[in-house]
Amino acid sequence: MEYEAIIGLETHVQLKTKSKIWCGCANEFGAPPNTNVCPVCLGMPGVLPVANEEALRLTILTGLLLNSTIPRYAKFDRKNYFYPDMPKNYQVTQFDKPSTVGGFVEFEFNGGTSRINLTRAHLEEDVGKNFHFDRNSGVDFNRAGVPLLEIISEPEITSSDMAYEYLNALKDILIYGGVSDCDMEKGMVRCDVNVSIRPKGQKELGKKIEIKNMNSFSGVRNALNYEIPRQIEVLTKGGQHHQETRRWDDVGGITETMRSKEMAHDYRYFPEPDLMPFEPTDAWLAEIKTRVVELPLAKKQRFIKDYQLPPADAQAFVWDVPLGSYFESVAKKSKNPKAVANWVINNLRAKLAENGGSLADLKFKPEHLVELIELVDGKKISSAAAQQVFAEMFTSGEAPALIVEKKGLAQVSDTGAIEKFCDEVIAANPKPSADFKAGNAGALNFLKGQVMKLSKGKANPGVVGEILEKKLKS
Amino acid sequence: MANDFDVKYVAHLARLSLSAEEETQFGSQLTNILGYIEKLKQLDVSQIEPTAHAVPLVNVFRKDEVRPSLSNEEALRNAPAKANGLFLVPKIVE
Repeated sequence: MEYEAIIGLETHVQLKTKSKIWCGCANEFGAPPNTNVCPVCLGMPGVLPVANEEALRLTILTGLLLNSTIPRYAKFDRKNYFYPDMPKNYQVTQFDKPSTVGGFVEFEFNGGTSRINLTRAHLEEDVGKNFHFDRNSGVDFNRAGVPLLEIISEPEITSSDMAYEYLNALKDILIYGGVSDCDMEKGMVRCDVNVSIRPKGQKELGKKIEIKNMNSFSGVRNALNYEIPRQIEVLTKGGQHHQETRRWDDVGGITETMRSKEMAHDYRYFPEPDLMPFEPTDAWLAEIKTRVVELPLAKKQRFIKDYQLPPADAQAFVWDVPLGSYFESVAKKSKNPKAVANWVINNLRAKLAENGGSLADLKFKPEHLVELIELVDGKKISSAAAQQVFAEMFTSGEAPALIVEKKGLAQVSDTGAIEKFCDEVIAANPKPSADFKAGNAGALNFLKGQVMKLSKGKANPGVVGEILEKKLKS
Repeated sequence: MANDFDVKYVAHLARLSLSAEEETQFGSQLTNILGYIEKLKQLDVSQIEPTAHAVPLVNVFRKDEVRPSLSNEEALRNAPAKANGLFLVPKIVE
């Protein structure tokens, strides 16, 4: 029998705020343990949380970026359970009235575009971090109270590779939107994976197995590559699955059953009495809408369509936002955007990397790059000369035409002058000339190179080739 | 009357360990309390919006500004056990 996997992902993302969600402690990774803590995030009795406005804004912004509905009423609830990383013995989250509902993520997959629908995204507080020692465990509460957005996908993902691409696309959107830095190394994105197996064609879902606390996307892919065949094997051998929580062992490359935290998951949710409901106003939503940016995939597709860029170039501009914006400012002025992309990606980016400069303090104007491309396209200078012009305009900021004149780089297409160079080269290189006549076509390139050298790179290479061939064949 | 009150289960959720006597005693007390609250169910609330909060206030925020935290010493002052700046707890087994 053929089986298929159904995967849903719960992705936890730390929001990019300066302070924590309920108190003014810094939202900062890497501080010495228990130094970004106060009575509120340590869960001391009698303290009151006050919501961080920016955390709510970023939540709504995420909803807008993910095509979600933004309910006009949201509230916070207490999720009750005991665990040492949670000092209050409840986590403040959104249970039945989350801040965003629905939406979807689109991404490139298998040569096409896939769409995974979202159930919701709700805002909650992160918990502390545990360290395990031989005889006891230690807890650092610096992370407790960092605003955390849980983005829940519908169970629509069908393979480990698709899960991987979904996560990367989601991460790109969140980084793009300025919602989160999504630094995996710093644990800013964590993922719970729900996966079940069912015979192909069957409607109802199989028993759900949860793999908790994945902290890398490749880990998610590896865990699924292990877990899906494992589940299929159990079913093939006539076994059955029970709903359970498993843990991915990255070193061993296996998943294993976790001892459950609670006999039953009975979180006894109830409304958080210390926080007021949230009713976003029109003005508030309008302000957040101004922060919505073009999504990475949309931008890539637009660059390919509007500027006829190859996908790899478009992708390069999606990754490097300032470079992409710069490209666009030049490309709009140019008749040859493809060439603009080449110059920006192959030359400008390299020069900037070499010299450590930034796009903001480029010496030359966008018009200069447009002009340089026109000089090449109009065969006024050779591509080799163009490299020299570019290097010079990068350093001095001078206009290309001026540099061409000053350095005498104008391409010579005047056949008289080129014929003279060719005659000299043929006379000085009898052997290669004879080789070419004897049928060695490669010898022509050598001779061509010599002519170019003699002309200091100014001769039009196409014309040189024609003349040499004509002379040698006659 | 709710007489199916599972005192063992609730005690476990609250991490309380009760003696057999306490289970009986609290079980009957809690059952009485629930019975009392059952009376509320006689009210017709089908036309009433659920209330999340008794105070008619919404959108209470603070600005995203960092304020001083406690020092590590202060933070750990009441900790029964500490080491390397961390709160020590019994070993967590997952």
